[in-house]
Amino acid sequence: MGLLSFERRYRVRGGTLLGGDLFDFWVGPFYVGLFGVTTIFFTIVGTALILWEASRGDTWNPWLINIQPPPIEYGLAFAPLDQGGIWQLVTICAIGAFGSWALRQAEISRKLGMGYHVPIAYGVAVFAYVTLVVIRPVMLGAWGHGFPYGIFSHLDWVSNVGYQYLHFHYNPAHMIAVSFFFTTTLALSLHGGLILSAVNPPKGEKVKTAEYEDGFFRDHIGYSIGALGIHRLGLFLALSAGIWSAICILISGPMWTKGWPEWWDWWLNLPVWS
Amino acid sequence: MARYQNIFTQIQVVGPPDTPPPIDPDFRTKKTRMSRLLGWFGNPQIGPVYLGYTGLASAISFFIAFEIIGLNMLASVDWDVVQFIRQLPWLALEPPPPSAGLSIPTLQEGGWWLMAGFFLTASVILWWIRTYRRARALKMGTHVAWAFASAIWLYLVLGFIRPLLMGSWGEAVPFGIFPHLDWTAAFSVRYGNLFYNPFHCLSIVFLYGSTLLFAMHGATVLALGHVGGEREVSQVVDRGTAAERGALFWRWTMGFNATFESIHRWAWWFAVLTPLTGGIGILLTGTAVDNWYQWAVEHDFAPAYEESYEVVPDPVDDPANEDLPGMRGESTAQWEPTPYVPAEEPEAPEDGADGAAAVEGVDAEGGEDAAADPASEGTSGQPETGAAAPESERLPDEAAAAEPEGAAPEPEPPAPSETAAPSEPEAPSAMTPEQP
Repeated sequence: MGLLSFERRYRVRGGTLLGGDLFDFWVGPFYVGLFGVTTIFFTIVGTALILWEASRGDTWNPWLINIQPPPIEYGLAFAPLDQGGIWQLVTICAIGAFGSWALRQAEISRKLGMGYHVPIAYGVAVFAYVTLVVIRPVMLGAWGHGFPYGIFSHLDWVSNVGYQYLHFHYNPAHMIAVSFFFTTTLALSLHGGLILSAVNPPKGEKVKTAEYEDGFFRDHIGYSIGALGIHRLGLFLALSAGIWSAICILISGPMWTKGWPEWWDWWLNLPVWS
Repeated sequence: MARYQNIFTQIQVVGPPDTPPPIDPDFRTKKTRMSRLLGWFGNPQIGPVYLGYTGLASAISFFIAFEIIGLNMLASVDWDVVQFIRQLPWLALEPPPPSAGLSIPTLQEGGWWLMAGFFLTASVILWWIRTYRRARALKMGTHVAWAFASAIWLYLVLGFIRPLLMGSWGEAVPFGIFPHLDWTAAFSVRYGNLFYNPFHCLSIVFLYGSTLLFAMHGATVLALGHVGGEREVSQVVDRGTAAERGALFWRWTMGFNATFESIHRWAWWFAVLTPLTGGIGILLTGTAVDNWYQWAVEHDFAPAYEESYEVVPDPVDDPANEDLPGMRGESTAQWEPTPYVPAEEPEAPEDGADGAAAVEGVDAEGGEDAAADPASEGTSGQPETGAAAPESERLPDEAAAAEPEGAAPEPEPPAPSETAAPSEPEAPSAMTPEQP
C-alpha cells in the first residue's frame, strides 16, 4: 500500500542523522526515522494537553476553544497547570514537534540526494513561531505575552496587540513583511500560470518549451527571470515574508513601546528639512 | 551535498542573446542587454520587449493616473517640492466626500480622484488585454491572464463595485501610502473587526498558503537543481528522477504529494483565491453585514472572555478621571485635521511638534486612547506644555492662511480657546516621541 510505481528503488536504508538504522523504515507512504518517532510523541502529548485544557473550558466549539498563556504576573516562571501551565507545556511540545519535523525533512533530503532547502525554509517558519511564543515573551519578561492557542482567540490577540501600538500598519517591518507576502503571491500566480499555460496550450497545439516560457515574459514585461531564477525568487520572497514578520513583532515591545505612527517622526525631523 | 545548495549561479555562460519565437517580430524592440548582476540570480538577458497598441495605451493611461495623483499631492503641499518629498508617505488623493454620493464631483471635491481611478482602471484592463493576447499569439494557455483578472476583481471591488453598492464614491480607498493604510484600519474598525469576516479569513489563509506553497515548491526545485529539477515542463511530459525525488520527498514527509504539473495547479488556485475571496469579503462588508463581530456572535464563532479575563472598569466611568482631557463631558468629536503649514518657521520650537502635525487621523484617536490606557500613564500624565503649546498656537491663523484648495471640506474650525485648547495639546503630548 502506498507505493508508487517507481518508489521501490528509492527506498533504501541509510542517510539518517541520528540513531543509525533505528526506526529507519516506512509506514504506508510515511518515512518514520528517529525524528518521526519524536514528532509523533510530541504531537500526541501536545494534542492531548490541548484536549485536556479544552475539557476544562466551557465549549467544544472548535472555533472557540482557547488555550491561554499564563497571566503576566507569573513572569517567566512555570505557572500552575490551570493557570497557563498547560499552554507552557503545549508550547514545549510544539517546538519539539516542529524541530523533529525539520530534522526528519533533513533525513529525507539526504535519502533522496536532495539539497537542504526544504528543512531550512521550514526552519524559518519555526523561527517565526518561536519568536512569538519564546523570544519576545522572554524579552518582555513574561510568558503571558505569548499568543493564545485558539482559532479566533489568536486573531483577537493579533488585533489587540496591534492596537496597543495604535496602528500596526505603520510598523516599518510589518510594511515590508506584508509587501513580501503580496509579492510572493503575485510571483506564485505568475509562475503557476506560466507553467500551466505552457503545458496546457490551446487545442491542437504542442506543449511549449523554455523558448516560449521566456518568450512570453520577455514580450510581456521585457524580462524573464528563467526557470531556475523563479524558484530562487519564490523561495527568497516567501522566506523574507516570514523573517520580516518575526522582526515586526519582535521590535514591537522590546524595542518600541509607543504608537507606530509616531515612529515615523524621525523622517519628518530629518536635518535636511527641519 | 552541503557544498552545492544552488543559491546563485556560480558560472555564467555568455553567448548570443536568446531569440523569442518568431511571432510578430516587427513589434518587438531589437536591442537586448546582458546583466551580470541579474545573471547570478536568474536570466542575465533583458529584452526584447513586445510593444503593441494595448501595452502602449496601458502605459499612457498609467502615466496619466500617476501624474494626476502626484500633482494633486504636490498641490496639497502648496507646490513645495521639499515638503512634497518630506510628507510624501502621508499625502493623499482622497475620493469625494460622502455627501457627493455617486454624482460627478468638481475636480477639487474628488473629481481628480475619480479621474485618476478611471485612468488607472483603464491601464489595468488594457494590460489584461495585452496579457491575454500575448498568450494567445504565442499559442499558449491564458492562465496568467485569468490569474491577473482575479487581482483586478479585488481592485474593482474596492474602488468601484462596493462604492456603487453603497451609493457613494466616498467609500472607496484613497490614493496614498499611509492614507490607504488608514483607510484599511478604519474600515476594519467601522465594521466590527474584519478578522471576524470569514472571507477575510479565507483570503489570509490563501495568502499565507501561497507563501507556504512557494517556499515548499521553490525549495524542492532548488534542492533538485543538480538533477535538472527546474526543467519543469520536461519533467511534466517525461518524468525524470527530479520529479520522482520531488514527489517522494513530500510523500515520505507528509503522506501526500503533488506532481510537477499539479503543484502548479495548487499554486495557481491558492494565488487566485487570495484576491477572489478577499474581494467577496470586502463586497459583503457594509452591504450585507454591518458588524462582523456581531455577526460572529450570532453565528457562534466569537469567543467570550468573561471567564478568562478580569473585567476592567472603563476608566472613562471613573469620576477620578473626569478632569483628564478626552474624558466624559468633553467631546473629542470636534477634532479637526491640522491644516498643512507650508513653510517651516526658522525658530522651530521643539523637535517632534512639527512631525505630529502631519500624522493626523490616528493622533487624535491615539491621544485619547493613550490617556484612557492605564498602561501608558507615563506618557499621558506628564506635563507636556512645552512641546504642545506651539502646536495649538499655530492653529488658528494658519488654518485660514494655508488651507489647501483640494482638501476635503472642513467645517468651521472650532473656537480655538474653548474646544481645541484643552483637548488638542494632549494629542501630541501622548504621541510625542523622544527624538535624539
